Amino acid sequence: MSFLSIRNLSVRLKKGPSLLRRVSLDVAAGEVRGLVGESGAGKSMIGKAVLGILPPSIEVTGGEILLDGVDLLQLPPAQRRKRIGATCALIPQDPLTALNPSHRIGPQITDRLVDILGWTRPDAETRARELLAEVQIADPDRVLRSYPHELSGGMRQRILIASAFAAEPKLIVADEPTTALDVTVQKQILKLIAGMQARHNTALLFVTHDLGVVSKVCQKLSVLYAGMVVEDATVADFFAAPRHAYSAALLAATPKYTDPSAGLQPVPDAVIAAVQAEVAAFDKGLAHG
Amino acid sequence: MPILRILLVRLLTTAITLAGVAVIVFFVIRVVPGNPIAMMLPPGATEEDIARLSALYGLDKPLIAQFGIWVSGVLQGDFGTSITTRQPVLDLVLGRLPATLELSIMALVMAMILGGAAALTGTRYRGGRTEGAIDVANGMALSVPDFLWGLVLILLFGVLVPVFHISGRVTPSLDLPFTTNFYLFESLLRLRFDLWADIVAHMFMPALALAIPLAAIIGQLLKQSLKETMNLDYVTLARTKGYGETRVILREALRNAALPTLTLVGVQFTFLIGGTVIIERLFSYEGLGNMAIDAVINRDLPLIQGIVILFAVIFTAVNLIVDLLYTVLNPRLRHG
Repeated sequence: MSFLSIRNLSVRLKKGPSLLRRVSLDVAAGEVRGLVGESGAGKSMIGKAVLGILPPSIEVTGGEILLDGVDLLQLPPAQRRKRIGATCALIPQDPLTALNPSHRIGPQITDRLVDILGWTRPDAETRARELLAEVQIADPDRVLRSYPHELSGGMRQRILIASAFAAEPKLIVADEPTTALDVTVQKQILKLIAGMQARHNTALLFVTHDLGVVSKVCQKLSVLYAGMVVEDATVADFFAAPRHAYSAALLAATPKYTDPSAGLQPVPDAVIAAVQAEVAAFDKGLAHG
Repeated sequence: MPILRILLVRLLTTAITLAGVAVIVFFVIRVVPGNPIAMMLPPGATEEDIARLSALYGLDKPLIAQFGIWVSGVLQGDFGTSITTRQPVLDLVLGRLPATLELSIMALVMAMILGGAAALTGTRYRGGRTEGAIDVANGMALSVPDFLWGLVLILLFGVLVPVFHISGRVTPSLDLPFTTNFYLFESLLRLRFDLWADIVAHMFMPALALAIPLAAIIGQLLKQSLKETMNLDYVTLARTKGYGETRVILREALRNAALPTLTLVGVQFTFLIGGTVIIERLFSYEGLGNMAIDAVINRDLPLIQGIVILFAVIFTAVNLIVDLLYTVLNPRLRHG
């Protein structure tokens, strides 16, 4: 059975437009699923809904988020928080803003272990040191005592990755974890996440707009348009033959660095019009059904 | 060591500030109408009497010469003699300083507790009725000045429900074993809780009157910056770890949000100390401010000068403390 199973999840701005339209997807234990789509397609929204960090201006209007068979949306808030904290983790997008500037690194890695999972402080600190070594940080003891501003962006992203894996979560949501980084660092971080994921056998929901990244890291993917899953496929199938016209166009729009003469291929207007008509038809169906 | 550098730079600027204050206060109080000699002599004194008394206090010399005498005295630690009480100004002023310091600090602590509680509660229940109610209360607290709060408090807790003393610093009939004038602290140190309670019952209302407007400012500003901080990425990340709203506010947001508030509290605290002048008068509290008003009424020039210089020293000290605190709270400044 899938560890994470999202069923018909609908989310909208309070009394406003829909942001997710009956999204369904599964992530099995140890599996990596990519979530791709344009900006605003709702890929990050899915991750936020799973982790219970949707902004207060957004409400869930229907569906289920089953985590290990339990619907998170039915749990009382305190229980939901505990469950998420114990089994899930987030690798955030921007390492420069995701660490608390007035706390040292050490407590920011160990806090969940100590406060939520009840580890002793020495145990948690030993674990933090191991994790920093695993993300290839040379001088763990110094780094644990440092403040975020004393470390580089790449270093901070490594720390956030280490922190995400600290409690051996079953599921990690990586929200465009390389977007804010330097191109040269991106590759290392990507490799690091993939390696950690494989070693710890963690399910990973990988939010990205980069199909190149998906082909390297993921086994399955969901293509989103306007909060609707237009295609759900294995990566192998998708890159061989995308089924939906929009995802095919999206794939064609990916720059081909091997052949610069090909130029950039925008998603054709006709495809956009077709997928928008699909969304409109879906909304109409909802209104009538 | 940036802290050492801050201290050195501050020492220098403080010296310049104090010199400026000394010049201004010295000449301004001599330019405004009224002179101490006229206040001292009975009606019908002769020109000769006036001249003799003026000479006694050195007031017959040219202004510049008087200034020179005063400054050279001050540099040697002699602030002159009060004209009305004939006691050394320094003794008078330092004798009263503890009363005002205790009152100001108590008011500051009250303001931080009240303002902090308002900000934290408002943030915890943001977007709801509780926050609205806190905003309204803040607005009311801000729009009424401290001395009016003093009158309101006297009416409420001095007259209608007389639970606090409305005048003085301590009940006069009590036997005070104190060796310093820091009654509040010393009574605690001597474990004389009976005296401590009496002193607090005297200080409570004047301190609260001073605290209410500052509490409102702290409450508003801290709530604003807490709410902004609550949307930052590291707070969101902490939520995914399983922390509840209250823990997130206290652990992740408060310290970062407190920084901008702290700067403002420093500035506002100096206003609060200025406010003690009227509040001490209102509550007949024997502090510096009350003494300042008497000194002005009696045209006691050396005493006025001494009090103003002391206030200037307090203001610069407060600013220095705020800067140092800022460095302690913000790790990014420590290695600058």
